[in-house]
Parts: sequence; structure tokens; C-alpha cells
Amino acid sequence: MTNRIFFNVIQVLVVMAFAPLVKGILNRLKENIQSKRGPSIFQPYRDIWKLFHKDEVVSEQSSWIFRATPYVVFVTPIFVTLLIPVLTGYPLFFAFMGDMLGGGFILALGGFFATLAAIDTANPYGPMGASRTRMVGFLAEPVFMIVFFTVSFVAGSTIPYIVQKHWVTPLANFFEPSHVLVMLAFLMLIIAEAGRIPVDNPAGHFELAMIDESKGLEYSGRGAALVKWGGAMKFFVLLCIFLNVLVTPWGLAQGEALAEILLAVPLVLLKIFFFVLVLVVIESSFAKLRLFRITEFLGAAFVTSVAAMIIRLLET
Amino acid sequence: MSDPNIIFSVLIKLNALTGGLFLLTAFGTVAMRQVLASLNIFILQSILLAASAFLLGCQHRSLHLFAVAGITLVTKSVLIPFLLRRTLNQEVYARREISQVLNIPTSLLIVVALTIFAYFLSSPLLSVADEPFVKSNLPIGIAGILLGAYVVMVRREAVPQVIGILSMENGAFFAGVSIASGLPLIAELAAAFDVLIIAFVMGLLTRRIHERVGTTDVGRMTSLKEE
Repeated sequence: MTNRIFFNVIQVLVVMAFAPLVKGILNRLKENIQSKRGPSIFQPYRDIWKLFHKDEVVSEQSSWIFRATPYVVFVTPIFVTLLIPVLTGYPLFFAFMGDMLGGGFILALGGFFATLAAIDTANPYGPMGASRTRMVGFLAEPVFMIVFFTVSFVAGSTIPYIVQKHWVTPLANFFEPSHVLVMLAFLMLIIAEAGRIPVDNPAGHFELAMIDESKGLEYSGRGAALVKWGGAMKFFVLLCIFLNVLVTPWGLAQGEALAEILLAVPLVLLKIFFFVLVLVVIESSFAKLRLFRITEFLGAAFVTSVAAMIIRLLET
Repeated sequence: MSDPNIIFSVLIKLNALTGGLFLLTAFGTVAMRQVLASLNIFILQSILLAASAFLLGCQHRSLHLFAVAGITLVTKSVLIPFLLRRTLNQEVYARREISQVLNIPTSLLIVVALTIFAYFLSSPLLSVADEPFVKSNLPIGIAGILLGAYVVMVRREAVPQVIGILSMENGAFFAGVSIASGLPLIAELAAAFDVLIIAFVMGLLTRRIHERVGTTDVGRMTSLKEE
């Protein structure tokens, strides 16, 4: 029992420690593909460190929401981390507190507060970015729902630990068409949700074209650091759900020994590294979609997930 | 003893997987905006069709299904795209936007409804067949036919319409291979050759249209004109 709580805490620490690294590697590889040298992979750590040592400026016109939001954005991915398999293949202490849908709701709470905070300061770019994020959000929501329904229908559960076991026992389950289609739909969702390139350009500095970034423009000092770190952790958590639950449920610790848990850390990071390679290829080979084309992108994701459901429902 | 069973179940899953991806490419022909992208999707679909024939060949241990797979691979994923690329000039493929009657999200929703309709359409037939391959392939094949017909209806451009007709043929083939796996090879050969000729003729026709009218936007050609 205490063991499992301890492992849960280790999971959280791993997510907190390595989330900026994943961002750093992603940025570096993207620049490398464009034949630039790119920033060091530890740059996000330095940014966060620097921001923590700076003074924070808060507008007098803003309300408590603006001040509370960085903490909410920072804490919500940590809560989700407690629910999902990051390092272990067996359920940990908090695993049955909430299912994947619950995790989705918790992440959405962070997004909700970020939106409110962006509107709160009345910075002209904040509400614009906020409303765009909401647009992407409500288009992504039905896809999320159908993906979860399909997954829970196929695996007979929405608890990620059980779902993850289902795909590989027996191995033939892995090649189920509904599984592959759900994977595709979820990949498109991650791209939309994390603001990666066909939907949003995370490296852009042009406020009028921003979707996700402009919500945090008003933050400085500690608030900015927390928002940045929280964003990185959210990305890491999404990757963990995608890789550990849906795509490659291998390489997780099966035993209770501490050494096994620690061994799982590099394996999980390796998986994430390979996925980041794929993501970099996707990001470098597509152009950013125009705002009203995002409907088509997420419509395609929706159709994919519905196809997965249909095939599963009607095949037997 | 359990070995053939495991192979069989893996074959079933792989076949279902090609079926799922086939359906996805059929969605792709509806959703793609560029002419070149929809041609590429068609190539992918043909490769999946060949893979499905190959898996069925593994299942039935029949040589001629392998031959069908080979013929499909050669004609549909190499020769037909080559012909379509050669008969039409590059300007048609360089265009990024295909005009269509309905916008793409609406089309996608209609297409989902069509797929469900295909499943219901094939359900009385499926109650007769008891083979797992037929069960997964027949509805997807019918969905492929319907989706191809939808592409022909909705697009206003000649080349994507040709691709729609060809993907209809792909759907029919996908269902047909699984139902009548004992079809004589000569029939398959004739069908493959037929498609090749059709693609060639349609390509030439489109080329003529393009030369005469200066566009392949056939949606605007509603009335005959005399010079």
C-alpha cells in the first residue's frame, strides 16, 4: 500500500522532471530538420529557471482568476498523472479514483481556467486566442468522446490500466481495425490539443495567428514559469496516455521492485523520443492550416473515430 | 494443433485491418482537397486491395488469388496512376483546391451515414455467409462503392471524378474477391484490363476537354455550345 503511494509520487516526479526535456528535444529536432543548429535541449529548463527568478507583474484590473490560473494549469496535469500508467503496468494507489474520461475533464479544467484568465486581463490578443482555443476545443470534444466510447467498448472498461492490458492479450488484438483507427484519431486529437503544426504553430511569434500561445502572453515571472511548465507537463501526460495506453503498452514495470520502476523511466522516455521523431516529421511536412480549415482536420478525426466504432459495432 | 488456429486468427485480424484502412482511404478520397493527394490516396487504396487479396490467398491457399493481388498491384497502383499522370498535363495536378458541391465537413458526415447504410444493406447477406472474411469485407466493399459514387456526384472536377469511378471499382473488387474467391483468373484479368482501358479513355477524354475548354472544371459545363 505505502509502496504504491510511493510509486505514484515517483510518477509525478518523473513527469515534472522530464516534461520540459521532451519540449526541448522536440524544438531542437525541428530546428535540426530545417538545417539550423537549434537551441540546447535543456533550454526549457533554463527558461523556467530564469522566469522563476524574475518579478511578477500583475495588472491591477485583473481579478483573482488571473492570479489563481497558473497554479490550476500547473496542478491539473499532476492530478491526471496520478490516474494514468506512466511507469507501471499495474494500477497504483489512485488508479481507480477516475477513468480516462475523468482525466480528460481534469485537463479541460486547466484549459477552462487558462481561457478565463486570458479574457480577464482584456489584453486584445488574449480573448482572441481564448475564443480560438475554445473553437478547437469544442470541435475536438466529440472526437474525444467517441474515442473513449470506442476504447471502453472494445476493452470493456475506461480505466486506462485495464484498457492497456486488453490490446496485447492476445497480440492479435493489437491489429484490430478499431484499435488502429482509434490510434489515428487520437493522434490527430493530440496534435489539435497540444497545438502542434497542422492546427497551430507553437513556434510562431505573430500574435494574430496564435491559437494556444496568446493565452499566456500576459503572464510574467513565476506565473509564466508555471504556465510554461504546466503546458509541458500536459503535453507529456497526453503522450503518456497515447503511448502507454493505446500504441505501445510495452516496457512498463510489471513488478513491485524499485529497480524495475527506475528501469521503466528510460524505456518510457525512449518511446516518447521515437514518437517525437514521428511528430517532428509530421510537423515539418505539413503547412499550418487556415483557421477555418481546422474544422476539416477535426472532422476527419471525427470520421475516423466513428469508423472505428462502426467497424467494432457491426463486425460481429 | 493450435498453430493453424493462431495463424488463422491473426489472418482474420490483419484482413480486418486492411478493411479498416481501406474504408479510411475511401473517406480520404472524399476529404482530400488536392488532385494529387486524392490520386495518392487512390494508389494507397489499391495497395490495400492487393494486400487484402493476398491475405485471402493465404487463407484459401489458392495461387490465383496471389495472381489477382499481383495484377491489382501492377495495374491499379502503378499503371493507372502513370497513365493518368501522362495523359493530363501537370497544371491539373498542381491545383490545390478542388471545387465541390458540398463542403468537406458536410461531405464527411454524409459519408459516415453512407457507411452505416452499407452495413445495414449487407446485413441480410451476411446472415447467409458464415465466413469471417466475407463478414468483414462485404460491408466495407459496399461502402467503398457508395463512397466512390458519392465522390463522382459531389466533385466538379474531371480528374477526381475519374478517381471516384476507379475507387468504386476498387470497392466492388474488394467485396467480390472475398465473396467469390473461386472466380476464374481470366475473368479477373479481363476486369483488370478493362479498368486500365477505362482509365486511359477517361484520361484522354479529360485531356481533350482540357484542350478545348481550357479547364477540367466539368461542373460548369451545363449547356452545349456551338462555335
